[in-house]
Amino acid sequence: MIDKLAIFGSSAAKSATKHWLMQRVTAVILIPLTFRLIVFLNLCINAPYQQTVDWLKSPLNTVCIEAWLIVTCYHAALGLQVVIEDYVANQELQALLIKIVNMGFLFLAVMALFFIFRLM
Amino acid sequence: MAEFTLPKNSVVAKGKIYKAPEGTKNIRRFEVYRWDPDTGENPRIDTYELDADLCGTKILDAIIHIKNEVDSTLTFRRSCREGVCGSCAMNINGKNSLACTKAISEYSGTIKIYPLPHLDVVKDLVPDMSHFYDQYAEIKPWLTSNSTPPATERLQSKEDRDKLDGLYDCVLCACCSTSCPSYWWNSDKYLGPAVLLQAYRWLVDSRDENTDERLAQLDDAFKLYRCHTIMNCTDTCPKGLNPAKAIAETKKLLATRKD
Repeated sequence: MIDKLAIFGSSAAKSATKHWLMQRVTAVILIPLTFRLIVFLNLCINAPYQQTVDWLKSPLNTVCIEAWLIVTCYHAALGLQVVIEDYVANQELQALLIKIVNMGFLFLAVMALFFIFRLM
Repeated sequence: MAEFTLPKNSVVAKGKIYKAPEGTKNIRRFEVYRWDPDTGENPRIDTYELDADLCGTKILDAIIHIKNEVDSTLTFRRSCREGVCGSCAMNINGKNSLACTKAISEYSGTIKIYPLPHLDVVKDLVPDMSHFYDQYAEIKPWLTSNSTPPATERLQSKEDRDKLDGLYDCVLCACCSTSCPSYWWNSDKYLGPAVLLQAYRWLVDSRDENTDERLAQLDDAFKLYRCHTIMNCTDTCPKGLNPAKAIAETKKLLATRKD
């Protein structure tokens, strides 16, 4: 019989599979959303300001770009956490960097959404 | 944990050169990592020129020839000389393999032989496998059952037995684990491909009754999920096994597991 207490000793347990799964799920979601983003970036570069804002005001486009922002920030935070865990040996520094990264991407996502809503 | 430069006492120096006798026609050159902890000296690379007509066909034959005929101080592990025991695992021209299964003729030019990477070296080509074996023990590599043992052997269908092919064949040579960059950085916590292949071998064994507990043990950011699908393990396995697939299947089992 395997020692169940030893199994659940790690704080990383339980959430590890969820973390891995969410990385894959967000990566898949980003594929179609990125096509929409390319259209938006093309407008940003080539179209007049008002045309770009009008495009963004369309409900489908708003939802797609906002979803892209949220999913990208979440995906990037998940990915950077893995990189930090890989290469930062000091446990305290590792935990601090992960918190900074998570807060940073949360701030980025909130600010991006805020500015998109201001355009509405 | 990751170290990007060698400490001063690990910097490898040039060593002795053992020339082939004059008149030797079929010369093969071997550069071999040497380190003796008793001397306190840095590791060095000794160069041996051998008459390929006088030694056998495999890399292990050449190493045995060096020990028997040229330099008896060379230290290495070997046993079965036919790819079954896994003892003679070493790094040959940059790739981990079993010296007994690799032919000298597969390599052109100088053949460089080092111990398995990122393990402490005991002496010359002998790495310290203690931690690797401890990790193997950690996954409890034996059949576990909570029920009363049957009077006869525990039977298995042909289909269930087939699931173990490509898994039970592992000889625990550690070629795969020591070729994995994730294992280089985090071998203190990451179990590595060889041990995870064995963990999967018990997960899919129909006779084992503790699959949930085994899966719960692996549901850890470091033990399992340091695998980033680099695939060096599958590329280097001298037995042609696929540890990367076993790890992927384990992740699938975890992702579809019901709490």
